[in-house]
Amino acid sequence: MNLTVNGKKRSFGGAPFKRLIDVLREDFRLTGTKEGCGEGECGACTVLLDGEPVNSCLIPVAQAEGRRVETIESLASSQKLGVLQEAFLKRGGAQCGICTPGMVMTAEYWRRTGGSSEPGAVRNVLAGNLCRCTGYQHIVDSVIEALQRKGKGKREKFE
Amino acid sequence: MTLLRPRSAPEALEAFEKNPGALPLAGGTDVMVLWNMGLLNGKSVVDLSRIGEWRGIKAGKDGVRVGSLVTHTELQRHPVIRREFPLLAQACALIGAIAIQNRGTIGGNIANASPAADTFPPLAVYEAVVHAASSRGRRALPFLDVFAGPKKTHLRPGELIEAVEIPYARPRPARAYFRKVGTRAAQALSKTVAAGLLWLSRDKTVAESRFALGSVAPTIRRARKAEDYLRGRKLTAESVGRAMELVGAEIAPIDDVRSTAAYRFAVSKNLFKEFLTCRPR
Repeated sequence: MNLTVNGKKRSFGGAPFKRLIDVLREDFRLTGTKEGCGEGECGACTVLLDGEPVNSCLIPVAQAEGRRVETIESLASSQKLGVLQEAFLKRGGAQCGICTPGMVMTAEYWRRTGGSSEPGAVRNVLAGNLCRCTGYQHIVDSVIEALQRKGKGKREKFE
Repeated sequence: MTLLRPRSAPEALEAFEKNPGALPLAGGTDVMVLWNMGLLNGKSVVDLSRIGEWRGIKAGKDGVRVGSLVTHTELQRHPVIRREFPLLAQACALIGAIAIQNRGTIGGNIANASPAADTFPPLAVYEAVVHAASSRGRRALPFLDVFAGPKKTHLRPGELIEAVEIPYARPRPARAYFRKVGTRAAQALSKTVAAGLLWLSRDKTVAESRFALGSVAPTIRRARKAEDYLRGRKLTAESVGRAMELVGAEIAPIDDVRSTAAYRFAVSKNLFKEFLTCRPR
């Protein structure tokens, strides 16, 4: 079966009920996506499916057939981080890092769809992404920082 | 584990005719948890996600018809659902978080029959009708008649939910109420969840009230005795107090990992009081 992953056409010939997260990590070697709970509670495995955040541990790869999957690897080039990643770095939004790819992908959906940078709205959209290190404040600050940069162009350097 | 992937409703119904014990898969937010725990080994699963006929929301003259594969996100975003069924839109916004709302479906939520399902109190007070289909025909079930117990429905083997019909509440209710009580503001299963609609007569007596509670009995409950008691009465401290007692007599909460029976009794009565005495929205 065929699917588009980070803009590239990929094909997968294994078991159709293999979880999307396992296909991404084991077959496509995209290990940026992390598994936390394996039951849709923690959001660590969040990727975008046709632009919407989903838990990749709850999706059999067959249901991603013909669809567009985006993972954390799509946000940066080898030279340059994406605007959210820069903001997480600057604001201390990442500690142990397990929740970070999922946090960033949910925030990326929010950024791309013109979501509000009000703290309450940011906290609401991130409600399904659990973090056990930061206490969330630095994550929320990071996302707000990135959202407020949207008008200034994606390529602008952070001081 | 065998996976079947029908491309149309007739194909799906035929697949279930041949494998009545198969497990239907829609958004996967409950089924995949079972799979990840190793509980589906050796089972047949029928993936319904390619059935176009069961998608989409159609607004008609008397109500809406919601395809069983419509997601909680689609319900929340739909202008007619937001306008006519605000309690359902509110409930959908509190199911898990966005990643779950993007996958979970109304049909899957009903078929899963969790006593704590957040869409159930709104669907109960809007008096939704569930349309089920099998290769032998179709039938319509009043929403409350679908449920047999925790995680059990009266759907027959080979029968699948194809749509949910929700009639417009006419005349428009004076008051519409929804509240979910959980451990955390989001991504938490409900300890108790409630929805209510209230119509008042010109003389300020109750013309009709509908109140439903989840997570306080084996299945979703309507507070019928309290609703009947209030009809024709004014909302006074005395009538509200008596109605609260009647609500308490109609539920059967248990102690479990999320809460205690005593807490659920107290909260259910207080939610009913809040519904009757809150400022109209």
